[in-house]
Amino acid sequence: MIKMKNVYKKYPNGVVAANGINIDIKRGEFVYVVGPSGAGKSTFIKMMYREETPTSGQIFIDGTDLGTLKNKEIPYLRRQIGVVFQDFKLLPRLNVYENVAFALEVIEETPTEIRKKVTDVLALVGLSQKARMFPNELSGGEQQRVSIARSIVNEPKMVIADEPTGNLDPDTSLGIMNIFEKINNRGTTIIMATHNKDIVNSIRHRVLLVEGGMITRDEYEGVYSYEG
Amino acid sequence: MKGFTVMKGRTLSRHFRESFKSLGRNGWMTFASISAVAVTLLLVGSFIVMMMNLNKMADNIENDVEIKVVADAAASNAAVKELQEKVEKIDGVASVEFASREDELDKVIKSYGKELSLYKQSNPLGDALYVKAVDPHNTAAIAKKIDTYEYTDEVVYGAGKVEKLFNVVKISRNVGLILILALLFTAMFLISNTIRLTIIARGREIEIMKLVGATNNFVRIPFILEGIWLGIFGSILPMAGVAIAYQQIHAYWQPKLVNEMFQLLDPVPFIIQVDGLLLFMGVFIGVWGSLMSVRKFLKV
Repeated sequence: MIKMKNVYKKYPNGVVAANGINIDIKRGEFVYVVGPSGAGKSTFIKMMYREETPTSGQIFIDGTDLGTLKNKEIPYLRRQIGVVFQDFKLLPRLNVYENVAFALEVIEETPTEIRKKVTDVLALVGLSQKARMFPNELSGGEQQRVSIARSIVNEPKMVIADEPTGNLDPDTSLGIMNIFEKINNRGTTIIMATHNKDIVNSIRHRVLLVEGGMITRDEYEGVYSYEG
Repeated sequence: MKGFTVMKGRTLSRHFRESFKSLGRNGWMTFASISAVAVTLLLVGSFIVMMMNLNKMADNIENDVEIKVVADAAASNAAVKELQEKVEKIDGVASVEFASREDELDKVIKSYGKELSLYKQSNPLGDALYVKAVDPHNTAAIAKKIDTYEYTDEVVYGAGKVEKLFNVVKISRNVGLILILALLFTAMFLISNTIRLTIIARGREIEIMKLVGATNNFVRIPFILEGIWLGIFGSILPMAGVAIAYQQIHAYWQPKLVNEMFQLLDPVPFIIQVDGLLLFMGVFIGVWGSLMSVRKFLKV
């Protein structure tokens, strides 16, 4: 599903955020990406949906070499990847329903399909009752769930989440993890960058430790701790 | 342009809705953009009307330039006839008008008074030919050529003055053109700046659209449509203003100018052409401003 070969990324300001990353993630896997702040987690993730491009090396998504992708083809790559942003990226002037429907409008779904899919996904994340509310009327956890709903509404092959439980209380975090588990059980690949030790240690999945732009540990059923 | 060919009617109608919604949502900015378009086009429109009329005046003046060829007083009628035929054959001559020596004397008497009528007994004047060039700028060359022919006594065309006149006309035309271009450039800058502000306010929205897989055209088309509406709404006022003002001016001045060399252009085809041009410029500026502003945000 995701393959990286000798990926190296140096930003114009000289920061090396990826220093020879090699990774192979299979379809349907659930992968935590952990590591200290500034270790290159976000860059690692952003390169997958081509918000960032590597300086050298190759990235394959579902067999497609992102390096050979034309600008025109990027939208079609992104339609296969749902992204949950750390800062949610909700549109403040649209209500919950419209925010989720937006992702389908953009890919030109039919109105009937949009209605059906949005209703279903809002039920999945438990926001059916709040469909007509606006983002500023929601709690942080609810906004996060809207963001998740939007990322999965078009049934992407993989979902990438950057700190989806950041700043959320333990109960809300668990609720959100339940949603990810559900989607994962339906066969969707999940890549999740996180600092949440409790979650990584209690809901066991593959763990990638990113330090200094390199993957220094790759364990199935791994634990969080990277200090020792 | 793959996006255009596969675009569904539903999507297109969504773009139309979006573009109108956006006009309403950015109310104040919309007003600013439309005003900027309106003010500049009003200036450009007034300028064009002025320039075109000055141009017409210049044409009138230029076309009034003619060569007076005075034949030798001693030349026979046949000789003058021959001279006229020769002049008519010169390349670039539009018309040759014959005036007999008697006609010429009548003109002089008319201008200078009855006392001169005693010259009727022995007319000292020669027959005259009035020559007009197809292109007035060739007047000097044609005059020079005629001067080499036999039986010509005098060839007059206001040498020096005519060249100066042509020069003044040329300069004022160029100055007018430069002014119009400068105004248009300012308008584009002003308007694209205003539109840029409304788009920056929506940069986040564009970014999200791109990240959830919108194509560039999908993002761009509502903005292009918005630019078109801004252009159309912005040009309505100047179009009406220029048309009404010109008709008033024409109705007031034209009767007073009937016998003058200078005539105003008729409003009917002219003002429609100017309005068409204003509308085109408004739409062009609107679309151009939108495209320039949205470009930056598409690089996500």
